Formats: sequence, structure tokens, C-alpha cells
Amino acid sequence: MSVLVWIEQMNGQAVASSWEVLGKARQVADDLGAPLVAVAMGADINATAELARQYGADLVLTITSPVLENYRLSAYAAGLRRAIEEVEAVVVLTSATTRGRELSAAVACELEAGLAPDAVDLRVEADKVVAVRAIYSGNILTDVTFDSPVQFASIRPRSFPMPEAGEAVAELQPLDLGVNEDQVAEKVLEVKSTDTGEIGLTDAKIIVSGGRGVAADPVKGFAMVTELAQTLGAAVGASRAAVDAGYIPYRYQVGQTGRTVKPDLYIASGISGAIQHLAGMGSSKVIVAINKDREAPIFERANYGIVGDLYEVLPALTAEFKKRLK
Amino acid sequence: MKIVVLIKQTPDTAELPKVAAEEVKSGTIKATMVINPWDEFAAEEAIQLAERFNGDAIALSVGAPGAVDALKHAVAMGVGSAALVDNASLRDGDIWATAALLAAAVKAQGAVDLVLTGKQSVDDNSGTVFVGVAGKLHWPLLTNVIKVREIADGVVTVERLVEGGQETVSAPLPAVISVAKEINEPRYPSFMGIRKANKASIPTLSAGDLGVVTPANKTQWTNIRKPEVRRTQVNIIGGATVQEKAAKLVDALLAEKVI
Ligand SMILES: Cc1cc2nc3c(=O)[nH]c(=O)nc-3n(C[C@H](O)[C@H](O)[C@H](O)COP(=O)(O)OP(=O)(O)OC[C@H]3O[C@@H](n4cnc5c(N)ncnc54)[C@H](O)[C@@H]3O)c2cc1C
Ligand SMILES: Nc1ncnc2c1ncn2[C@@H]1O[C@H](COP(=O)(O)O)[C@@H](O)[C@H]1O
Repeated sequence: MSVLVWIEQMNGQAVASSWEVLGKARQVADDLGAPLVAVAMGADINATAELARQYGADLVLTITSPVLENYRLSAYAAGLRRAIEEVEAVVVLTSATTRGRELSAAVACELEAGLAPDAVDLRVEADKVVAVRAIYSGNILTDVTFDSPVQFASIRPRSFPMPEAGEAVAELQPLDLGVNEDQVAEKVLEVKSTDTGEIGLTDAKIIVSGGRGVAADPVKGFAMVTELAQTLGAAVGASRAAVDAGYIPYRYQVGQTGRTVKPDLYIASGISGAIQHLAGMGSSKVIVAINKDREAPIFERANYGIVGDLYEVLPALTAEFKKRLK
Repeated sequence: MKIVVLIKQTPDTAELPKVAAEEVKSGTIKATMVINPWDEFAAEEAIQLAERFNGDAIALSVGAPGAVDALKHAVAMGVGSAALVDNASLRDGDIWATAALLAAAVKAQGAVDLVLTGKQSVDDNSGTVFVGVAGKLHWPLLTNVIKVREIADGVVTVERLVEGGQETVSAPLPAVISVAKEINEPRYPSFMGIRKANKASIPTLSAGDLGVVTPANKTQWTNIRKPEVRRTQVNIIGGATVQEKAAKLVDALLAEKVI
């Protein structure tokens, strides 16, 4: 019996939210009195496996194979299944990234096991895991209890704090994937990285967003948003109105039909605070609103507000932060 | 080419905040029910692919009798035919049972080449049912697809969005594809389309008709509740000049230790 966590790797690096899951899984494993096992898969995973040892796993399974070079669901699902069998996992956790979500689901379905997708909290009750999910686009919460012997959950990024790295005691145990290329239906023909080195929205601790309020000069407006973001080491976000107007691509959209984010600090500039926008960022720790309309609904959810013109406020903030963060 | 598109009926997103915990518990949602917005992209793609490859598009849904309206919306957009699978045997969030019913309904359509689905439902928010459908059918799954490049010689080639990048992937048919919103602009139903949809006969199938014994639920929803409303008292930063306001805000944020 064990608790198993998949450590996702992308472009040769572990995905940070995997560590948040491993940190929480430590507590789940302790509560269940079970060992904590991490599994890393890929063509080259040495660095990730080493980090998994430092972030608290009792055992690290490594599955290396050229078949795992590019992520493909069927190949990775075969690997995760191997790992589950090897350590007799009763709780299987992944981060709820695009991949983690589908991977946990594919294996849970195959094993006819219960799954809590995109869970925002976890606890142990009577030797079983109870997950919490936000449904109805964040308007309802529900506990998810399990009736299956093996329990799967994918965990929304930033639901749990990053664990502290410690002394590496875990052993590394290589496992055979047992799948060859002919058995994998999906063929990856081309990979284009859109990774421009900018900070991703889902993992960001700070987000600076722009909305339709930049309409007078969208290029200048988003340049100001970006400059403040860069000064703070923050990610850039946007409202749907800004995306629909073509000021910025869809992948920056925060909200019900965009990304759900939970940064420590969310700075909304020129965003009115429609419910669909709030659905994506309302659980941010501290919300700052910059808006020229004191009556804008965003001020009802914000902790701090500046009533003013974003074209003046954003550069002033950037200048002030530059002074202080030197 | 036979293309199936999976359509769910979900509450109008504008009314989601009004959905009460009691309604979710009892399964009687009072909100206006519409086609799940993400599934409009799947329906649009099914219509376009059917035109492009001279095929048929069929919409399927697992739902209550009223869900027939969501199927009608798909037919009004241009999907050729539709069938509803009665969900009387299902409980909330029963992902695998929903998937088992949908997979059986897909099989009942004969030789289907492609199943298209939305990215997620705005009520269950699981983004998982298509994983189950692919799993039950033992077909390959390609998620988050933003372009169907080619379908030829029994192979579908797509572009899909992944975190940090975009990839071109192929898989043998039959396959399941979930689409992302970048894939197309869903059309509005035309007047003629709406007339056609109103006349269309949409059969209702039961689990029994499909020969499916719905698997026992593996999870339960308990303690269904509204999230605590965050009560914040906004601190409007005052000051004579914008610089002064900026300085005060920076002070406050540094004190909050969020920078
Ligand atoms: C099904 C559905 C899904 C949706 N999903 C999303 C979603 O995922 N994300 C999302 O964001 N929205 C979503 N929306 C849209 C949402 O309802 C709002 O229309 C949108 O959030 C508004 O964007 P905005 O705040 O940028 O624009 P507006 O509401 O137009 O607000 C602009 C604000 O800028 C202020 N302003 C103007 N000029 C200045 C200036 N110079 N300086 C300072 N302030 C200024 C104005 O006072 C105003 O408050 C969705 C809607 C629907 C129906
Ligand atoms: N009851 C259903 N009937 C038909 N399709 C569904 C149903 N539930 C989910 N789907 C499809 O699966 C996708 C993902 O839904 P979900 O896993 O609930 O987020 C949706 O966008 C639909 O295309």
C-alpha cells in the first residue's frame, strides 16, 4: 500500500506544481501510514528524480525509455499503471495540468477507480481520501468521497504550498515501461515551443492583468501592463474583452472561459470585474484594482484600489517598485 | 466518414452564480439550460469536417429529457441527426457511467470514424468524460485540438495546444478528439436550421436499449455547498498625486508580503 505521485516533466524540467502535490501527498501518506512514492517518466529524468528525493518522497520510481521522449497519453498511461502495480498504490495523485488531468483520468478509467479531477483540497478521513472540488465554474463546492479501493485525484496548481527541499533519503528504483514504439498509437510529428521564457499564468505568484480599459491605446496599455509584470517577476493576464478585441492572445485570458488562477497578488487594471472574470481570479490572496470608475464591481472584491487612469497609474507603480525592489 | 459530436446540456453561464447547493443536491437545476458553450466548438467542427470529407455528423447526449433542446441547437447549426440517452440511472458527477453510456451510444451508430467533444462542461468542470469515452472504446485520444489538419488513409493529423507549446500529432482512426476554443468560430443557427431542428425526430435511448449495465458509482458528492463569499473592504488609496498613491500602494503590498 502506498501513495503515488506523478512528477511531470516538460522540456527537460520538472513542472513546479508537481512539487506542491508531492508536498501535500507527504501529509496524506503520513495520515494513512503509507510510504510516499514519486514516479518520473521520460527519456531523461535524472534531474527530476533527484529533486523528487529532496522534496520528500520515500521512494522514487524512474521509467526511462525513448518511447517517453514526447508526452503521449497511451505511453505515459502504461507507465503510470506499471508504477501503481509495482508499489500497490491506493492513492494516485497528479497536478491538474492538461497532461496530469488526462493521465490520471485515463488510468483511473482503466482501473475502474474513482477520480476527483482538478481538486482544490485533500484530506484523509477514516483511512480514505476526501477531495474537494469546485464545480459549477467555482460557484459550488463539493466533497468527493471514494468507493473504490484505489483513489485518483488531479490537484489544481497552487492549491498547496511549495514544500521545502530536504535531505534526500529516498532510493531510486528503475522500472521497465514494457511498451515499445509499435504499441503507441499517437505519433508526434512536430513540437513547437511557444515558451518565450515568460512566466506561466497558472503557476504565477503575481499576475498583472489588463482589460478593455486599455482601449484608447491597447498597444501602449499592454506594454505598461507587461512592464509592471516584468518589474515584479509576474505573469501577464487579460480579461476576455481584451482578448476578444484582439489586444492580446487567448492564452492570457483569465476567467471562467480562460484560466483559473490563484496568485498571491492579482493586479487588475482597466477590468470592471464581471462575474466571469472573478470566477477565474476571485480566490487570489490579495487583489488590487486600478480603475477610473469608483463604481466598478471589481472594487467590491479588491483589497486595495486606486481610482485613476491606468495610463498614469501603471507607469507610476512600475517606477515606484523599481525604486523599492532595487 | 461518420462523425459523432458529444453535446451536454448545461446551465447558462450567466446564471451559474445563482445555482443553489440545494439544486445541485436534488439534481433539479432551476437555471436556464443551454448547450454547453465548449460543445458548440465541437459541433461546429463536426459540421465542417462532415462537409470537408463528405461525411455525416451525429450529435449524442446523455441527459434528462429536456437535454433534447441542446441537441436541437446542434441540429439547427447543421449537424445531420441526433439521439439522446436517458440519464435516469446516473448520479451527479458519475464520470465513468456517463462515459460508458456515451461509448455504447457511439457504437450503436455503426462504423464511427471520429468522436468530437468539448473541452469541459461548465457544471461538472471535469474535463474527463472524453477520456472515459476513449478508454471504454479503446480508441486513441487527442485532447485540446486547435486544428484538424488532415484525415487520410485512416489516420487523423491534428495540431494541439499543450502547456508551453503546440504539437502536431497523428493517430489512427477511429479516434476521440476534444477541441479547444481556438479551433473555430461556432455559427449561429440559421432560421432554416431552427425549422429543421424543430421538425427533426430525436430518439431517446435507455441504458437497456444500449445493452449497458451502468457501472456502480466510484465516487459520491457530499457536503455540496456554496463557497464562502469573500468579504473584502477595499482600501482605496488616496493621495494628492498619482506618484503618492503609487508609493502608498507599494508600501501596503510590501507590508502584505506578497511581493
Ligand atoms: C459565457 C461567458 C464567458 C465569459 N468568460 C470570461 C472570461 O473567462 N474572462 C473574462 O474576463 N470575461 C469573461 N466573460 C466576459 C465578461 O462578462 C466581461 O464582459 C468581461 O470580463 C469584461 O472585460 P473588461 O472588464 O476588460 O471590460 P469592461 O467591462 O468594458 O471594463 C473595462 C473597465 O475599464 C475601466 N477603464 C476604462 N478606461 C480606463 C482607464 N483609462 N484607466 C482605468 N480604467 C479604465 C472602465 O471603468 C471599466 O470598468 C464571459 C462572458 C460570457 C457571457
Ligand atoms: N452527459 C453528457 N452528454 C454528452 N456529452 C458529454 C456529457 N458529459 C460530458 N460530455 C462531453 O465531454 C466533454 C467534457 O465534459 P466534462 O468531463 O463533464 O467536463 C463535454 O464538453 C462534452 O463534449
